[in-house]
Amino acid sequence: MTQVEQERELQAQFDAVVARHDRIEPRDWMPEGYRKTLVRQIAQHAHSEIIGMQPEGNWITRAPSLRRKATLLAKVQDEAGHGLYLYSACETLGVSRAELTELLIEGKQKYSSIFNYPTLSYADVGTIGWLVDGAAIANQVPLCRTSYGPYGRAMIRICKEESFHQRQGFELLMTMMRGTDAQRAMVQESVDRFWWPALMMFGPPDDASPNTAQSMAWGIKRDTNDELRQKFVDMTVPQAERLGVTLPDPAIAWNAERGHYDFGEPDWEEFAAVVRGEGPCNAQRIAHRRRAHEEGAWVREAASAFAAQQAAAQQAQEVSA
Amino acid sequence: MNDDSVYDGLLGGDDSQWAFGTDFEDPLAGVDTTLPEGVDGAALAAYCLMLGDDALVLSHRLSEWCSNAPDLEEDIALANVALDLLGQARLLLARAAAADPSVVPVLPEGSPVPPEDALAFFRDQDAFRNVRLVEGDRGDFAVTTVRLLVASTWRLALMQRLATSRDAVLSAIAAKAVKELAYHRDHAARWVVTLGSGTEESRRRTEAALATVWPLRWELDRTHEVERTLAADGVAVDPADVAAEVDVLLDQVLAAAGLEVPEVKRTGGLGGRTGRDGVHTEALGKVLAEMQSVARAHPAGRW
Repeated sequence: MTQVEQERELQAQFDAVVARHDRIEPRDWMPEGYRKTLVRQIAQHAHSEIIGMQPEGNWITRAPSLRRKATLLAKVQDEAGHGLYLYSACETLGVSRAELTELLIEGKQKYSSIFNYPTLSYADVGTIGWLVDGAAIANQVPLCRTSYGPYGRAMIRICKEESFHQRQGFELLMTMMRGTDAQRAMVQESVDRFWWPALMMFGPPDDASPNTAQSMAWGIKRDTNDELRQKFVDMTVPQAERLGVTLPDPAIAWNAERGHYDFGEPDWEEFAAVVRGEGPCNAQRIAHRRRAHEEGAWVREAASAFAAQQAAAQQAQEVSA
Repeated sequence: MNDDSVYDGLLGGDDSQWAFGTDFEDPLAGVDTTLPEGVDGAALAAYCLMLGDDALVLSHRLSEWCSNAPDLEEDIALANVALDLLGQARLLLARAAAADPSVVPVLPEGSPVPPEDALAFFRDQDAFRNVRLVEGDRGDFAVTTVRLLVASTWRLALMQRLATSRDAVLSAIAAKAVKELAYHRDHAARWVVTLGSGTEESRRRTEAALATVWPLRWELDRTHEVERTLAADGVAVDPADVAAEVDVLLDQVLAAAGLEVPEVKRTGGLGGRTGRDGVHTEALGKVLAEMQSVARAHPAGRW
C-alpha cells in the first residue's frame, strides 16, 4: 500500500468513527487539522477555567458570611481542578501544560471573553454562578458527547460540577432577593452588567462564525452558537421571573409561533473589542496569571531539583545493593 | 446528564436539592451544648475564640493564595487547608457563642446574621484572640509554608489532647480537626524539606522565612490565664504541655531539610499582653477591614 492509500484508509476509519458518534482516542490516527482544532479548543477551555478563578477569587477574602466564604473558596478550587483535567486532556494530544501556560501568558491563546469583565459587588458571585456558569453548561453539555474521548470524559465531570455551581449561584441571588432593598438593588445591578456579556459567551452569530462548520463535521461541536444562545435564553427567562429581576433587554418576549423567546442583539462590536484585548480586565487578568506563574518559578524549580536529588539517591542505593 | 436535565430542579420547590441548604444552619444544630459541670461559660467562650480565631485568620491568609499559587496542584492544596481551617473556625465560634452569648456582638434588632458571622464580621480587632503568628502578611511561598508548619504542628499536638476534653463539643471538634491537621502538617513538612534541599534560592528563602516566623513562635507556648483555669478543669489543654513535643517535631523537620533552628529575638508583647489578650500586630486590622467590609455594610443583610 502506498502512503497515500494508507492515509486514505486511516481517514476513512476516522470518518466512520465520527459518523457513528463513537470516540476517537489518543492513540488513534487523526487528521492534523482535527488535532490542532482540539488543542486550540481544549486549551482555550482550560485557560478559561484558570483565568476564571480571578473574578470570583476577588471576593473570597470579603465574603459576607463564613458559609458563603466556604462555598466560594470550594467553587474557585473546583475551577482549578477543571483546569487540571483539561490541561491533562490536552496533554494526550502531545502538548504540555507548561507550553500551554506560556501561550496563555504570551497572549497567543485565548480564554472566554466573559472573564475580562470585573466583579464589582458580592452579587456578582451569584450572577456568575447563575448566568455565566449557566451559559457555560449550555455550551458544554453537548461536549460530553464530543468525538475526542479524553475531552468528552473530562466534560462529563466538569458539567456535573458546573451544574452544582449554577445552583449555588442562583441560590445566593434568591437569598439576597429575600434580604434588604440594598441587596435586591445589588442583584439587579449585577444582572444588568452580566446579561449581555453572558449572551456573548456563545460566540459570534452563526453567519460570522468561521470555525463552526468544520468543527461540527468533525463531531467536536454539536450545536451552532445561535442554537445554544436561544436555548440559554429560553431556560433563563423563567428563572429571572422567579428571582424577581428584570433582564436588561426590552425585546425579550415569548414568540408562540417559534416556540422560543425573542431577544435583542448583543453589541457585537463590544464583543470584538474584548476578544481583541480591549475589555475592561484583559490586561489585568493576564498580568495576574503571569505574576503568579513567575513568582512560583523558584518553587517549581526547587521541587524539580529535589525530585532529581531523590531519584539520584535512589539510583545510587539500587546500584550499591 | 442530557441537555435539558441540567436545569431541572432550579425552579423546583424542593429544598433538598441544595447541597448546603437554602437557609443558614447552625453548625452545632442538634448538638447538646450544655456546659460541663463547674465550667465557667465565659472562660470556655474565650478559649473557643482563641482556637477559632487562630483558624479563621490563618484560613484567611491561606485563601489569599487562591489563583496565586506556584502551580495548580498547590492552589488546590492550599484551598483545601484553608477550607478545613474555616470549618474548624465555624464550629469553634459557634461553640463560643453557645457557651457565652454575651461574647456575640449585638446587631440591629431583627438582623438575620447568625452568631458565628456576628463573631467573625462584627467583632473589633481587640476582641480577636488569635496568636499574632497567624496574622502576618502571606509573604512568599516559603513564609506561608514555614508558618503553616509551625501552626499545624502546634495545633495538631493540641487537638490530639483536646479530643479527651470534658466538654463533649470541644472534644468532638478536636477529634475531627486531628485528621485534617495531620494532613496540613504533613503537607507543610514535605514542602519545608523540599525547599530546604531544593535549590540555593529555595534554601535562602526558607531561611529568611524561618527568621520571619520564629520570633512569634513563643506566643504559642505561653499559657494564658483562661487556658490555665480550663486545663485544670479538664476542658482545655495547657500549651506548656505540648511545647516539648512541638519542639522535637519541628527539629526533626528542620534537620531533614538541612536547616538550622534560627537564633532570633522574640517579638515582644505590649505591657505583657499579646494576641491571646487582644493585642495584635498592625496586620490584623487590615485583614479585618477587608474580611468584614461587605458584612458590615449590610448589618441586616441576608446571605
